[in-house]
Amino acid sequence: MAELQTLSDTAQVVIDPVAEADLAWIEALDAQITGRPKPDYWRRLFEGARSEPGRSFFLVARNGSGRVGFIAGEIRAWEFGSEPCGWIFAIGVDPDNRLRSVGTQLFDAVCDRFRQAGVTKVRTMIAREAQLILSFFRAHGMMAGPFVELEKDLDE
Amino acid sequence: MKLQLATRHALFAILELASEPERQLSAAEIAEKYDLSTNHLAKVLRTLGRAGLVEASRGVGGGYRFCGNAKRLNLLDIVQLFEPIWPIGQGMSEPGDRTRKGQALRRVLGEIEEATRATLSSITVDTMLKIARRIPDAPAEDMIRRAAALR
Repeated sequence: MAELQTLSDTAQVVIDPVAEADLAWIEALDAQITGRPKPDYWRRLFEGARSEPGRSFFLVARNGSGRVGFIAGEIRAWEFGSEPCGWIFAIGVDPDNRLRSVGTQLFDAVCDRFRQAGVTKVRTMIAREAQLILSFFRAHGMMAGPFVELEKDLDE
Repeated sequence: MKLQLATRHALFAILELASEPERQLSAAEIAEKYDLSTNHLAKVLRTLGRAGLVEASRGVGGGYRFCGNAKRLNLLDIVQLFEPIWPIGQGMSEPGDRTRKGQALRRVLGEIEEATRATLSSITVDTMLKIARRIPDAPAEDMIRRAAALR
């Protein structure tokens, strides 16, 4: 069900599941932010959220004039013993609508869906140099968790 | 990770002043709450003043006031006024660094430094105050509240 946010100091947005008609806008916003278009990725997220609506969430924020942001997450379980928890792996806000709590409303909306699905923890993974988005999640109470991300160049 | 004494003084001073930006506090009042040396704190506050993070007013009712942007100022900004937190591979060269094992050691220690930088730079003063508010009453705050009630 759509949620109408009406706080006076925030953008008034309605948050809905992403519809097929939203995909082109999300692809364009992401390409604008990251400089790397990835339409197949966004379509897979859309299909995943549509086929597993209780586990996979892909939400868009709309205001009177159009779309202003999106967030994607899913419930993952038992990766190296991790209890079921919500994972956020994408968030984007239209640059013209930043500092108006759009990201906060999207974060709250996906966390509500995680809670409704019965999980009590939310996680994400952010590049260390992505200070803006790291600070965003920190400001929403997220702290370092008990897992460490490791990687290796496969041609080493 | 252990921060230098001056850095801890600075963080406590900024957090205390930023928690009520309109309020002015003397170095002695902040020092008493956090069990710090007033003289040392006064020197630290002068450094913070030169950095444009606090401003002092003299006379009766004078003291220090936070004048930074709590939503922009992060912990790394404050820490780096008092001690270096080097980006990976940019610290002072140390004996053994030119060996393979020395380079391996630098690489592992660099991981820790990178994580430290990322943590400190991602936590603003405003976020730190939110974290503090989520912590149940600590003994020092409880003591201060009881003392204030007796005045």
